[in-house]
Amino acid sequence: MKVLLSWLREFAPFEGDPVELGDQMSDLGMAVESIDHVGGGLDGVVVARVLALRPHPDAERIQLVDVDAGDGEATQICCGAFNMAEGDLVPLATLGTTMANGMTIERRKLRGEWSNGMLCSARELAMGDDHEGIWVLPGDLALGTPLAEAIGVTPDVLYDLEINPNRPDAMSVAGVARDLAARLRLPFELPTPKPRRAGADAPWGAGRPPTVEISAPELCGRFHVRVLEDVVVGSSPAWMAHRLRCAGMRPINSVVDVSNYVMLELGQPNHTYDLDLVSGPGLRVRWANDGERITTLDDAERTLDGADGVIADAEDRAIGIAGVMGGASTEISASTQRVLLEMAWWDPMTIARSSRRLGLRSEASMRFERGCDPEVVERAAERFAELLATSGATLLAGSLDARGELPDRQPVRVRTARVNRLLGTDLDAGAVAAELTPIGFTCASAGADLDVVVPSYRYDTRTETDVVEEVARHLSYSSLPSRRPASPQTGSLTDRQRDRRRLRAVVAGLGLAEAMPSPLLSPEQLERCGAPTDAMVLTNPMAAEESVLRTSLRPGLLAAVAHNAAHRNPGVRLFEVGTVFLPTDGVLPDEPEHLGVALAGDEAPAAVAVLDVVLESFGIEGWDLHNEPTPGLHPTRSARILLPAGAGPTEAGWVGEIDPAVVEALGIDERVAWLELDLAAVLARPAGPAHYRTVSRFPSSDVDLAFVVSDDVSAMALRRTLVAAGGDLVAWVRLFDTYRGAGIEDGHRSLAYRVRLQAADRTLTDAEVAEVSAAMVAAAGSHHQARQRG
Amino acid sequence: MNAEDVDRAASEAVASVRAADDLESLAAVEAALGAKSAPLNAAKRSLGALEPDQRKELGRRLNEARAEVATAVETRRSELAAAARAELLEAERLDLTESPGGRAGHLHLVTQARDELEDVFVGMGFTVAEGPEVETDWYNFEALNLPPAHPARGMWDTLYLDSGEPGTVLLRTHTSPVQIRVMSESEPPIYSVMPGRVYRRDTADASHTPVFHQIEGLVVDRGISFADLAGTLEAFTTTYFGRSIHSRLRPSYFPFTEPSAEFDITCVFCGGDGCRSCGGTGWLELGGCGMVHPNVFAAVGYDPEEWTGFAFGFGIDRMTAQRNGVDDLRELFTNDIRFLEQF
Ligand SMILES: [Zn+2]
Repeated sequence: MKVLLSWLREFAPFEGDPVELGDQMSDLGMAVESIDHVGGGLDGVVVARVLALRPHPDAERIQLVDVDAGDGEATQICCGAFNMAEGDLVPLATLGTTMANGMTIERRKLRGEWSNGMLCSARELAMGDDHEGIWVLPGDLALGTPLAEAIGVTPDVLYDLEINPNRPDAMSVAGVARDLAARLRLPFELPTPKPRRAGADAPWGAGRPPTVEISAPELCGRFHVRVLEDVVVGSSPAWMAHRLRCAGMRPINSVVDVSNYVMLELGQPNHTYDLDLVSGPGLRVRWANDGERITTLDDAERTLDGADGVIADAEDRAIGIAGVMGGASTEISASTQRVLLEMAWWDPMTIARSSRRLGLRSEASMRFERGCDPEVVERAAERFAELLATSGATLLAGSLDARGELPDRQPVRVRTARVNRLLGTDLDAGAVAAELTPIGFTCASAGADLDVVVPSYRYDTRTETDVVEEVARHLSYSSLPSRRPASPQTGSLTDRQRDRRRLRAVVAGLGLAEAMPSPLLSPEQLERCGAPTDAMVLTNPMAAEESVLRTSLRPGLLAAVAHNAAHRNPGVRLFEVGTVFLPTDGVLPDEPEHLGVALAGDEAPAAVAVLDVVLESFGIEGWDLHNEPTPGLHPTRSARILLPAGAGPTEAGWVGEIDPAVVEALGIDERVAWLELDLAAVLARPAGPAHYRTVSRFPSSDVDLAFVVSDDVSAMALRRTLVAAGGDLVAWVRLFDTYRGAGIEDGHRSLAYRVRLQAADRTLTDAEVAEVSAAMVAAAGSHHQARQRG
Repeated sequence: MNAEDVDRAASEAVASVRAADDLESLAAVEAALGAKSAPLNAAKRSLGALEPDQRKELGRRLNEARAEVATAVETRRSELAAAARAELLEAERLDLTESPGGRAGHLHLVTQARDELEDVFVGMGFTVAEGPEVETDWYNFEALNLPPAHPARGMWDTLYLDSGEPGTVLLRTHTSPVQIRVMSESEPPIYSVMPGRVYRRDTADASHTPVFHQIEGLVVDRGISFADLAGTLEAFTTTYFGRSIHSRLRPSYFPFTEPSAEFDITCVFCGGDGCRSCGGTGWLELGGCGMVHPNVFAAVGYDPEEWTGFAFGFGIDRMTAQRNGVDDLRELFTNDIRFLEQF
């Protein structure tokens, strides 16, 4: 919210450095977003009248303007704007004036014609953003008067404040002034309005018995109506227009402007009807009927439902949507003479819902949503009449007033001990009351505690904790004590968190870079990469490209590979540790954590090597790969990962190479080795400390065994058979050669393993080595039809 | 053979040893000198035919000569070995600056920041808690004192999922639901931080991404006050950012805390003097915090008269981007190798 310092000063005598005042507002929770100096730079600018407009003889884009700057003489000005007419009042920067932008006005010739000054737009005078032509001044101002004096503008300070939702009071100039005055211990006063009054006529006029009725008390807490007569709809005085402009509102006409001005000043939104267009002698507040239609002030037809409130006329036609927008049928026009003024208190939740549903969020709805002050309506109505009195409007004496349900204002018990416990302070009840009383909270002593009546302008404040926050705020957060609590526990990561960090370190240690793609994808991306398409679907995505949750890390990492390839960076080695989202029978998906690895420019064995290192790092032995095709991976170069588990091997992901068709579809022109591993069985295994196996001091014997086996038999399976057959004497078995070709039948290859045998307690005899070797050969033959090769 | 003959034979032997130009020819020379026919060997054999006094004299001379030759052989052997080693080493000479270099791996900048933040809080006696990214409305909003239709829900633009009743399953908008899960599943005291990925329905621009990372903290214990909150944040700030960086609190509003505060830190760029990064204020906004609202305790079944607590939270991405001079948050998630390899 934007507030002028001069406006704040109408309620309390604020002095001193504007920046320091701003710091105090920030410290009170009304954060100053910016401080602007406005209304300066008007020295030398005076009010002038346009006497005549003549074309420049030599230039089409300039006209000659004769103005009277109060001396009765015609002064010629060259002007590039064409928006004014003879008789208009305009700001004239006289010779010698220094403008806000630093330019000095001098007498000069433009295409042979003298210009004796400059006519100004509002923006050139730092009086707003309007630069569509010369600023045509409103009202009847004395010629030659300094502009600042004529429009009541003095150098001023404009604060832009960020107001939190729990500060309905600070949505008004008066409310900000009250809070700031309390902090500075300055007197705060709301001046009593002095409207022009007209007798004791019934507000609805003769012969029309007045009524207002609230038939939805939960919707409307207060409905207050006054009538003004002798209204002349014209333009507002310049000072008011200036303040509205500074507050970010556009001046429209005297009635609308006063309405906005009162809202800004006192925080009370209000609505005006042309009384002569309102049917019947009364108004009724009720819930809308489902499907009820109304044309609002913006000439749009709106369809309402039973959770919107309306103001209905005597014929029960809706003439306004409660707290959101008035109807077009009773709109104020240039011919309006009698104004019906509505000041109401609406249920905040209703207004929040209605304004959002109808897409009509306004300065008024924002205030109603936070909860207005139901007791300010009389003052606001009188202030409205006072401000409109300058144009001759009179306020009829009577008012119509109805009340519905209003917030409970029972005293709140505030325990001094609780205040101290929450704030870490050592206050007594008197000190607590000293912070609350200046902002209008009434404190009555209740033993060591207080009974606090919350003022009507603090809809947000209802509980003891709410009041404690006010105490803290006014004491200043920065002056509250500070201490560090002693945690009774030892800080630590869980096993899973530690393992996850180790996993990242292991993979990064292989030279891979960690990527972090978005889990939000398009369904096509899942399909293109062969990831499961049964995914969690967003109901309100920002874009189709972000409309489902990933079921695999593959689409994201491949997109990253493609991005890098497109930027002439082939060969990237990327990994990710992250969750995927798999739908379940329940409402929430499973969120297993996966490791994804993409090695651009590498073939499948490189991914297996990464898997091997990862599993060895986590002490996982006896894992297996099952060569089999799966969507998205190379059909003859992919394998399912099987990890050992109590009840048999667990499927834990896939390793291999991305399908060449997928790679091509993504615009990548190199092979991509791929690994995706479900980490459930890897992280936080209940392993305990690894158990030491004696390092033998006795000599070892190496045996080389080569077998011819069918291509159906995996090298890993054959190796595992050798290990099992060798028993305790096997130190390790390593595949050291693979051969296809001459001497080997089709569909077969030769696999050569080196076997190291060693005993912990003795040197093996040749007989023992031969015996173990024979057992291995026999097992290979019986399990895999493997024939030993020469 | 007389003494002169011995001297000459010795000189010739030494000369042949010195003439050997590699270890192989030295070995051949040695073999020749060891042969029976070699003059010195022959001389030794002929000693027996001499008179005793002559024999003694010539014997002594012969021994000296053989020692001279042996010394010459050893000297020559060392010389030739040294030369052979020098030649080999020269042949192996390498310009080590020709190394192609290795390829270091990299942890993502956000991971590094998250780990570092976790470590600071672990050092202060906190544990690290995690929870699901897809949440129910109850955990993400309702239990946090944000009942349905609460106006403040507009503070979070939420992405909903087609699951269960419409509008009940969503992508968590903050890591606060983890606080609810921790409190629902355990008893105080609680000293935990909750890092993780969160989602907002937001158009990506230089300072927003729809997917980003947060870390929150929760402390619930007997006698926890606003002073403990201020002290914890100050301790964190000076530990993480350095001794000259401090924290301050300003009143704010969050439905799940009261009193609520924004917390700022001393501008890390100007040290508080005011600069462009901090808009001249000397402070950078970091996050939000406050005392846990009694309604939140009610939602998880804690007695707010027995327990009090505080919570805080801030964005990891924005903080680390600012620290590392990344001026567009989208860079964090483009996964361009030229970005990833910088950290
Ligand atoms: Zn700075």
